[in-house]
Amino acid sequence: MAKYNLTVNGKKYNVDADADTPLLWVIRDHVGLKGTKFGCGMALCGACTVHLDGQPIRSCSTPISTLKAANKITTIEGISVNTDSAVQKAWIEEQVPQCGYCQSGQIMSAVALLKEKSNPTDSDIDEAMSGNICRCGTYPRIRKAIHRAAELMKDGGNSTGK
Amino acid sequence: MTQQNSRRDFIKASTMLAIGFSLPSIGKAESLHKIDTSSASALGIELNPYILINDDGKIILFNARPDMGQGTYQSLPLLIAEELEVTLDQVEIRNTDGQGKYGAQLSGGSSSVRTRWLPMRKAGAAVKEMLITAASKKWQVPTTECYAETGKVFHKPSGKSYTYGELVEEASKLEIPKEPKLKDQKDFKLLGKSVPRPEIPSKVNGTAVFGIDSDIPGMLYASIERSPTIHGKVVSFDGSAAMKVKGVKYVVKTERKMPHKAVEAVAVIADTYWAALKGRKALKINWDAQGSDKISTDAYFENLRTLAKTEGVEYKNEKVGDFNKRFESATKKVEAQYETPFLAHAPLEPENATVWVQGDKVEIWAPIQGPDGLIPQVAQYLKIKPENVKVNVPFMGGAFGRKAYFDYVLEAANLSKQVNAPVKVIWTREDDTTQGPFRPGMLSAMQGGLDEKGNVVAHNHKIVGSSIQHQVFGNPLKNAPDDWAIETANKEDSPYDFASRKASFHLAETEIPILWWRSVYSSTTAFGQECFVDELAHAAKTDPLAFRLDMLADAPRFSRVLQTLAKKTNYHQKLPEGQAIGIAVARSFGTIVAHAVTVSKNGKGVKIEKVVSVIDCGMTVNPDNIKAQTEGNIVMGLTAAIKNGITIKDGLTEQSNFHQYNVLRINEMPKTEVHIVDNQEAPGGVGEPGLPPFAPALCNAIYNLTGTRIRTLPFDIDNIG
Repeated sequence: MAKYNLTVNGKKYNVDADADTPLLWVIRDHVGLKGTKFGCGMALCGACTVHLDGQPIRSCSTPISTLKAANKITTIEGISVNTDSAVQKAWIEEQVPQCGYCQSGQIMSAVALLKEKSNPTDSDIDEAMSGNICRCGTYPRIRKAIHRAAELMKDGGNSTGK
Repeated sequence: MTQQNSRRDFIKASTMLAIGFSLPSIGKAESLHKIDTSSASALGIELNPYILINDDGKIILFNARPDMGQGTYQSLPLLIAEELEVTLDQVEIRNTDGQGKYGAQLSGGSSSVRTRWLPMRKAGAAVKEMLITAASKKWQVPTTECYAETGKVFHKPSGKSYTYGELVEEASKLEIPKEPKLKDQKDFKLLGKSVPRPEIPSKVNGTAVFGIDSDIPGMLYASIERSPTIHGKVVSFDGSAAMKVKGVKYVVKTERKMPHKAVEAVAVIADTYWAALKGRKALKINWDAQGSDKISTDAYFENLRTLAKTEGVEYKNEKVGDFNKRFESATKKVEAQYETPFLAHAPLEPENATVWVQGDKVEIWAPIQGPDGLIPQVAQYLKIKPENVKVNVPFMGGAFGRKAYFDYVLEAANLSKQVNAPVKVIWTREDDTTQGPFRPGMLSAMQGGLDEKGNVVAHNHKIVGSSIQHQVFGNPLKNAPDDWAIETANKEDSPYDFASRKASFHLAETEIPILWWRSVYSSTTAFGQECFVDELAHAAKTDPLAFRLDMLADAPRFSRVLQTLAKKTNYHQKLPEGQAIGIAVARSFGTIVAHAVTVSKNGKGVKIEKVVSVIDCGMTVNPDNIKAQTEGNIVMGLTAAIKNGITIKDGLTEQSNFHQYNVLRINEMPKTEVHIVDNQEAPGGVGEPGLPPFAPALCNAIYNLTGTRIRTLPFDIDNIG
């Protein structure tokens, strides 16, 4: 066990964990934020996607010991608690989620994509989102919602609504 | 709108006045009682199951079918709200907890809306009538001068109004109307209108509570090592290395109790999930495979092929004319066999359960498809009274049938009892993929005979495979066919006008755990049924659509679905060079779905250009959700057709995680278009019926494009032989 300093959604945490503990379980069970989900444990499904200094990473395969105290971690709860970000608005407009379990990860990937490319093409979407599995099959709506979010951002918002 | 009931909410709810009545099932006499839970002496009088209104105006509607993504969290409360004259933003929705007063609470068989369409509306309408009567009494005016709207009763002439909260006490003293008047479809304000789903905001900001998110003070985590082969016995185990992992508290022998058998296992219980998993990996277990290391899916399918050569048990109700005679004398005979693999459900939220056994009482937090079915299983397992089992039903992160099989909940119950603490069991993805239960592998042996004009004079569908009823429910199936296996190919679901018809079932027993999987046998039986219709059309040198329409002349809803499909997909227009279209239609769970799949050549394989779907599910609750479910069925049907099946060799499942058990990803998603047939028919199911016709439509398209007839799933879409 060792102590780690973390910054999650702008808040500092000091957690006691084994060096190999994946960030996913630190976020869920030590920090107590349950929006980030466990799906595969092998970085294959994307349900655990969070941002590390703005870049999407798979938290299930990121040992806590690889993080630095200066790293800024953003989870779904850090995107916006009021669901007013462009991506979340678009997700609601298009009624994307079915079971909803993968959607935190989908949204984290989509937010990162839109930061890189404010007007992504379908193939940009395919490339950025193909690491996120949706077993319910919401893919057509995810695609629509990303295009819609891009439009909303043009109208003044940004991908995170901040 | 909150998903989980906090203790504060629970106490508050218990002080509310509750009115209404319980409706055990459609067509049965309804027992009607008024109640007042505010006095202890009122206990024992039947509680209103579905509607709670308190005097400061709060309205709670109960959803009696757990939501796995299919939308019952909205659809059932919406049926009540329509008749009660409230909007969803005026109410709080709660899931029921399995108590008998709520009636059947299993989400399965695409049954929720079609079985609860009338009972839920009647519940809302009866309460509305009582509130109107209560208002008319207070005003001393005739009820005909009063009407209800958005949670209030209005007096038309004066414009005065009362909120439902102001009326609830008076209303609770009234007799409950036995036959409340239901609204005409034309007056619906909510049903059929694509009202946004109330829980969606919570599913985009991380606040929706799934089973895996349960967090009980003092809770321990468990990871369980189960037999790597299909079943096995723990000869010995060494947990000393596991105990050295920091945070590990216990290593205990346990079991996985399935309906048909219990299999031994060893659990590591720790302060954190990660410690439990690390401890599990450090276990040393000596297994006796008990011969299960001989089990393979190859041998299983070999057995199906052997069985297919002999007679099965006939479905007597399916018999039309004399098949043997007509087939014998047919001008042209066609025979083909189709095979569909074992499949894992792979819900993205793995199986998990948090259980706290305290003496003879137990509380459960788990993603499950039916709390009412869980209670007796847990009670029996722990030898406690069913009324001592409390179940909390959160959202499920997908289920597809898997979470109606409660082995993972019993595991947590077993461990909680052993260590006397709340225990959360979380399955890994590998556990989920390798352990089953799986959709059973099935074979359809088809025979068809045509006369000189190309009419089908003989049709035989022999279904060979294992029986869920037999393994899971112990139905002996003595000289009886499995009546689930013929769904979607029976005369009602596949009403082709074959001059003679025969169907039979051949039971192949297996030790591989099996279970229903989205659309149950319809997903396997429809493959043979609808591909073979196409084979017969080609043998008759007739266009497959015209061939079907000709044989469905007496089935107007089917004809309309196919004609709509033809129109929406421009079926009769010439396609660009190198493209072809294939169709299939199937009815399951009371709903007809047809798909048209357009494919093009793509190197050695094919590319799906477009999928156009038409669904006739009768009257609708939320058309947008019907489209969403059909899109989801296309994705799952396509995954089942072209991605991995589950294969077992030497008793070991050969796939373990999403790198070997691949599922469709967004970059592989074809364009889709879903059309809903508008009619006033009784509602059918929605969560499953889009799946069965997908693989046949795709394979029929591939035949039309390439001349290759695919008869075994899954296949490699990038390399068509």
